[in-house]
Amino acid sequence: MKHLTFRTAASFLLPLLLLFSVFILLRGHYLPGGGFVGGIIASIAFVLHAFAFGLGQTRKLLRIRPMGLMPVGLALAVFAAVLPLFQGLPLLTGLWLSKPIPVIGLVGNALLFDLGVYIVVLGVALTIIFSISEAV
Amino acid sequence: MMTINLIILPVLLQFSLAILLLFFWRRIFTQKIISIAGSILSIVVSASLFSAVYDGEILTMQAGNWGPPFGITFVADTFSATMVLLASISAAAVTVFSSVTIKRARMKFGYFPSFHFLVMGLNGAFLTGDIFNLYVWFEVIIISSFVFITLGGKKVQIEGAVKYFTLNFLASMIFLTAIAVLYGLAGSLNMADLAGKIKTIQNQGLVQVTAILFLVGFGIKSAMFPLYFWLPDSYHTPQAAISSIFAGLLTKVGIYALLRVFSLIFIPDAFMKSLIVILAAMTLISGGLGAVVQTNMRKMFSYLIVCHIGYMIGGLGMFTVAALSGAVFYLIHDIIIKTNLFLVGGLVYKISGELNMKRMGGIYANYPLLSLLIAVPLFSLIGVPPLSGFWPKINLFSESFTTANYFLLGSFIFGSIITLSVLARFWSEAFWKKWEHPVRKPHIRYYDQMPQSERAMLIIPILFLSFISLYMGLGAENIFRLSNQIASELIDTSAYINAVLGSVTTNVTP
Amino acid sequence: MEIILAVIVGLLYASGIYLMLRRSLVKLVVGLVLLGNGVNLLIFLLGGLVRGKPPLIPDTATYLGQVYADPVPQALILTAIVISFGLQSFAIVLIKRTYVVVNTDDMDQIHSTEEDDDY
Repeated sequence: MKHLTFRTAASFLLPLLLLFSVFILLRGHYLPGGGFVGGIIASIAFVLHAFAFGLGQTRKLLRIRPMGLMPVGLALAVFAAVLPLFQGLPLLTGLWLSKPIPVIGLVGNALLFDLGVYIVVLGVALTIIFSISEAV
Repeated sequence: MMTINLIILPVLLQFSLAILLLFFWRRIFTQKIISIAGSILSIVVSASLFSAVYDGEILTMQAGNWGPPFGITFVADTFSATMVLLASISAAAVTVFSSVTIKRARMKFGYFPSFHFLVMGLNGAFLTGDIFNLYVWFEVIIISSFVFITLGGKKVQIEGAVKYFTLNFLASMIFLTAIAVLYGLAGSLNMADLAGKIKTIQNQGLVQVTAILFLVGFGIKSAMFPLYFWLPDSYHTPQAAISSIFAGLLTKVGIYALLRVFSLIFIPDAFMKSLIVILAAMTLISGGLGAVVQTNMRKMFSYLIVCHIGYMIGGLGMFTVAALSGAVFYLIHDIIIKTNLFLVGGLVYKISGELNMKRMGGIYANYPLLSLLIAVPLFSLIGVPPLSGFWPKINLFSESFTTANYFLLGSFIFGSIITLSVLARFWSEAFWKKWEHPVRKPHIRYYDQMPQSERAMLIIPILFLSFISLYMGLGAENIFRLSNQIASELIDTSAYINAVLGSVTTNVTP
Repeated sequence: MEIILAVIVGLLYASGIYLMLRRSLVKLVVGLVLLGNGVNLLIFLLGGLVRGKPPLIPDTATYLGQVYADPVPQALILTAIVISFGLQSFAIVLIKRTYVVVNTDDMDQIHSTEEDDDY
């Protein structure tokens, strides 16, 4: 597993995959993609790194425990879901800024929700995979 | 703002509590405080939802502001609001009880966050008006219950968990298959919309098959006759607080789904009615016989859950206003009493340190006042007049007589006698018998070793739930008014359908 | 196309249930995975297969035409996939834990219901 080619490739693939996951997250509203897929791709990036350099290195790279990501993401998603409540609209109603932001496009609370999902999925997937591979 | 979103508030509150608790992952004491305070707040929230719909008004909310039947609808009619209120009452009692009985090591594995996720799933399942959304809430419930059933990781727990997991997964898959077929047939998932569309379908044979699929899926979850074997094999393995929330609410959400789906979408015909009635009778008989042979307290209680499921399913099978009223009253009574029964089991274990009834004894001699308190839920469960178990049985017995379901009537009586004999044996073994050989096990923290404050945390939930049971028995006319209203809403669903769909025409071709 | 999918759905259900009835825990989990995929495919199939007709309302109309690709089954399948992802990862952890605790892969050995003093 720890062949030189693989390790070199992994160290390049980690930032690339993370960038790709953000791209997938942002295009998610009208095109295939979104928070779940983005989060999975981001977690694959870290898993690949863990295969190449060992779990300890990946944990050091991450700095925070992946478990700690879950409440943050959930809180973001809930915040996005309850935003319409303050305007008297039902839960989860889409609110949009009037003008699109360059590069990203039209921004609304759906993006915030997707970002929350992204973080939760990253946290959950990494927690599951790390705990399984640690126990082996 | 609050009028539309009051419906979703019980779900949202539990969700926020769970997230908040996740932030305090290692701080057990903070978690206890937040959890208990939040549970009391959730009683207030669900009580205000209940008072908003009590006079017969039906609140609806379209998530995401999508028009019905395309968006996910949340509906609060009297039935769902009552269930939400009962769930939050039971959950609050269990949080207080669990704050002293659950071991610290297990609390560190996320006991409290999972607990609030579970209650969130329950509230969501009661409030949703969308059949696929109901599936999602069921999954939220079972995923949190998986955490509970494996918490601790002992051999007997893991073995129970394998059975519990496999059969619940299978039930979910059958439920999902039924949803797939239903969507293929009717092209809608909104339950109120389905109620209208299902009648216009040509292929009524396939509709029947779908109905049976739903019956099997919910039947596994609610522990109906040939499908209950996972329950007595797994419910006795987790700790007392966890099994009490399972006993009080997890099977009952299956009953709720059965009552909802079979009164709204698949209105039972003669064949379906007789099928459900036979299943109910067999549930009563087999569950009762299972309870008789057990000497283990917790397994005996588990079989009693199965046995009493038969009363509610029997009420559904007869499908008259009076029978449904009896079933709903029994459901209201059973949620509180089964939660309390398992809490009592936990307390008895803390006092005696034994699970086998043969090795218990002398509780009445040592704790006469406490025994008197414990007698209240036990007597209510048997159905001694005027306590709460007695009243729904009047309706169920008389209705099974008037609809000429004599076999069901016989099994109702059989179930009551079995409950009486089983609990009488429990009482005489654990309370009246002289304690022959009191053995002190070093690893158990006994009731008499606890400080006064911890004892209070054990007694208060039982006292609280017993008080509610007493109210249900002595103020039965209020509960009857409530259950009659719910039953007539279940029979005449036009108000529900109108509230959800409003004046929107849904004639867009599927 | 419907025929092929229907056959595949049938095969997935049959093999899933067959594997669940085996005594091995690993086969049980593989069976659960297959059954879950079968259900997802069934939703897809019963939602109706329509090619090249996106559910977009043209400028000249106010509602959708007669035939369009229904987006709802895809949303349902996505949700079901996410849920079964969670359940299956739990199942894998559970059977691994079972193997460590009970020290067997055979379901027939999993029958101890005796008490342990830890309520």
